[in-house]
Amino acid sequence: MFDLISRRRFVSGVAAGAALTGLSFHSGRALANRSPSVLKGNEFDLRIAYQPVNFTGVERTATAINGTVPAPILRWKEGERVTLRVTNNLAHDSSIHWHGMILPTGMDGVPGLSFDGIKPGETFEYQFDVRQNGTYWYHSHSGFQEQTGVYGAIVIDPVEPDPVACDRDYVVLLSDWTDEDPHDVYAKLKKMSHYYNFQERTAGDLWRDIKEKGVAKTWQERKMWNTMRMSQTDIADVTGYTYTFLMNGVTPDQGWTALFNSGEKVRLRFINAAAMSIFDIRIPGLKMKVVATDGQNIEPVSVDEFRIGVAETYDVVVEPESDTAYTLFAQTIDRSGYARGTLTPDPALQAEVPSMDHVPLLGRADMGMSHDMAGMDHSMHNMKGMDHSQHGMHAKHIAGKPAPAGFGSRAEIKHANTEFGPHIDMRADSPKSGLRDPGVGLRDHAERYGRKVLTYAELRNLYPTQDRRDPMREIQVHLTGNMSRYMWSFDGVSFDEAEPIRMTYGERVRITLVNDTMMTHPIHLHGVWSELETEELDYLPRKHTIIVQPGSTISYLVTADAIGRWAYHCHLMYHMPGMMREVRIEKG
Amino acid sequence: MNTVQKLLVGVTLVLSAFAVQAGAKNDPFLTSAKIDQFEVRSTEGPDPQVLEGNFWAGYDLNKLWVKAEAEHVDSEYEELELQALHSRAISTYWNLQVGARRDFEPEPKRDWGVIALQGLAPYFFEIDASLFMGGAGRTALRLSAEYELMLTQRLILSPEIELNAFGFNDEKTAAGSGLADAEIGLRLRYEIRREFAPYIGVNWKKKYGNTVEFARRDGDDIEDAQIVIGFRAWY
Repeated sequence: MFDLISRRRFVSGVAAGAALTGLSFHSGRALANRSPSVLKGNEFDLRIAYQPVNFTGVERTATAINGTVPAPILRWKEGERVTLRVTNNLAHDSSIHWHGMILPTGMDGVPGLSFDGIKPGETFEYQFDVRQNGTYWYHSHSGFQEQTGVYGAIVIDPVEPDPVACDRDYVVLLSDWTDEDPHDVYAKLKKMSHYYNFQERTAGDLWRDIKEKGVAKTWQERKMWNTMRMSQTDIADVTGYTYTFLMNGVTPDQGWTALFNSGEKVRLRFINAAAMSIFDIRIPGLKMKVVATDGQNIEPVSVDEFRIGVAETYDVVVEPESDTAYTLFAQTIDRSGYARGTLTPDPALQAEVPSMDHVPLLGRADMGMSHDMAGMDHSMHNMKGMDHSQHGMHAKHIAGKPAPAGFGSRAEIKHANTEFGPHIDMRADSPKSGLRDPGVGLRDHAERYGRKVLTYAELRNLYPTQDRRDPMREIQVHLTGNMSRYMWSFDGVSFDEAEPIRMTYGERVRITLVNDTMMTHPIHLHGVWSELETEELDYLPRKHTIIVQPGSTISYLVTADAIGRWAYHCHLMYHMPGMMREVRIEKG
Repeated sequence: MNTVQKLLVGVTLVLSAFAVQAGAKNDPFLTSAKIDQFEVRSTEGPDPQVLEGNFWAGYDLNKLWVKAEAEHVDSEYEELELQALHSRAISTYWNLQVGARRDFEPEPKRDWGVIALQGLAPYFFEIDASLFMGGAGRTALRLSAEYELMLTQRLILSPEIELNAFGFNDEKTAAGSGLADAEIGLRLRYEIRREFAPYIGVNWKKKYGNTVEFARRDGDDIEDAQIVIGFRAWY
């Protein structure tokens, strides 16, 4: 194993990219969109500034760190203390959040919670001990700066020998770029929520359904959607219509390239740094061995395809045996576009780019309805499960002793009073567990394409669960919104109107998320680990960001071992302003 | 930006300074203007030009709405109507709109108070039901419904119906009591962008009851079928 580690080379995108394309090939664009460099050590100077970029043939202004989108890869060593001086040269306040890092609250980089933000022209010095290893990332937590380029990868080398052996090690950072001003994107969504959806069901689809199923069945199937005024194609809010999807800052047309020699083990550190795009990743012709998620090592699982929510990370190891090229294919959840790269033994050798899979349709289960309820007049059971005792400003503390650790919640689903009104379009009355659900659009991939798709149920920590206590308390948080008015909230209360969720230092808490919307939300808790309850108590995987499937529920355990004010939010950029809470951990 | 808008933005900025900003603003002040129909109608005699549009400014749940309708024939306005309303979201898909309406044309000018229910009904019908109360006990009711059938992602066939009724006769404005007129339109538009779509269509109008008598008196059409061509645009 030691032999392998010493032979391991860490290759940045720029080395491979430059080797392949040369400067003459696409001169202007290659220069404007340089792939990220690697910064090593324990002292860093980062400068956030405006930067001209050109991803689409049109020059635009990005907000970039040290002049590149993505920002440089920061390579740290576990056990060291890092100092990062971040200078803001923008005209607005800025900040950097070290996503997934366990650190003191003042270093977390969330304006209004951890600190006041970095004013224009000022430098903020972050300093903290690196007490973990693996793949993470960093990004701005101010305004919509993450959409316009303030994001980069963090790779932390372990103190102990890495259990993941490999010969080559690449960061594969995915993101979405738009030439539009993100404020305009947000305004358009508020004015017309389906603005970016060009995959709606048409008269042709209706005619096909009628021919296949007959008028009565078609009417019945569509009745629920029509009465609830919701769209079965509401998969992604912002799509390939405006987005260009990037792999390490390289467009699909150019294609990012990574090299290997046949027989080598290649570690790919996938990071979803997109603002709004959930990706499904596969490498046709190669099995991927998933070895880590959110920086934490897991028992390796071999898959053909996996979904990466916004802000999640997945490390996979592939072993290409032949001297052929492979496509790293990351299609978006709604199949409106893809990011692409090539894994090749020879820069001249490219692989075929597969076509995108079928466009998914939401089903009645995505509304959190049990089978027999579907098609019922929705107003009839509007009030069912409504919690009249609550006044809604606080997260619901479930009364009574929570179910034991590891197996998730057994508590009744309760909707707060605040979940009723013009800001809400749906409440899941019978949400299913999202644990074994590959997710919208992936559920039939085993059957349809013979692909093994990863689910959360298969994530098994490589190391034993540290805090084996049962939860003392359970908090049920509902993900809520009104798609058509484009309003998002937790429990029907938006961030600006909400009280913090309070935890006592040292306590073990279960958080149960209930998704009362039809969207897939990646939920990120700062400061402490979210230990997903996978029914394997001894090896609960630790995550910082957890996907909650539409109309579904999922539970995880949190040890409140970090005093401070922490952000807790949906990581979809345009949901985040409303769908956020402060989690305040205080001494009891 | 006009003065009112500047003032509102200013107040918002001052208020937002007190809020915790861990990201972007949740409920920004927005404005939108929409020309729903701007068309020429081909008919016997001079072709009327018709404008139907709205403007709004405000927040997720509370907005100032302005609705405008105008019909211009032969360098004169046959109809010119403006409404200014406070629009408040009252349920997931419905807004209650309260305010005032002024009819600049036809003469004499009429002023009305307005209560309207506007929103999206099941099966995706866009509805606007407005009750108007004017001077001297005048009342009027307007119902409109519109549907969008997507032939393709950008080619949209949109049927529309509008009914107008009045509480009693208003001889001067040629409005008869009861159901006064019905208008049915069918427009086929192509969204070059979401914000801009030219269309062609047909529009059929018919007057009923006492309104028919007034129309005869004034030499106006009782029933009219028109080919329309125009565009829709918004920001």
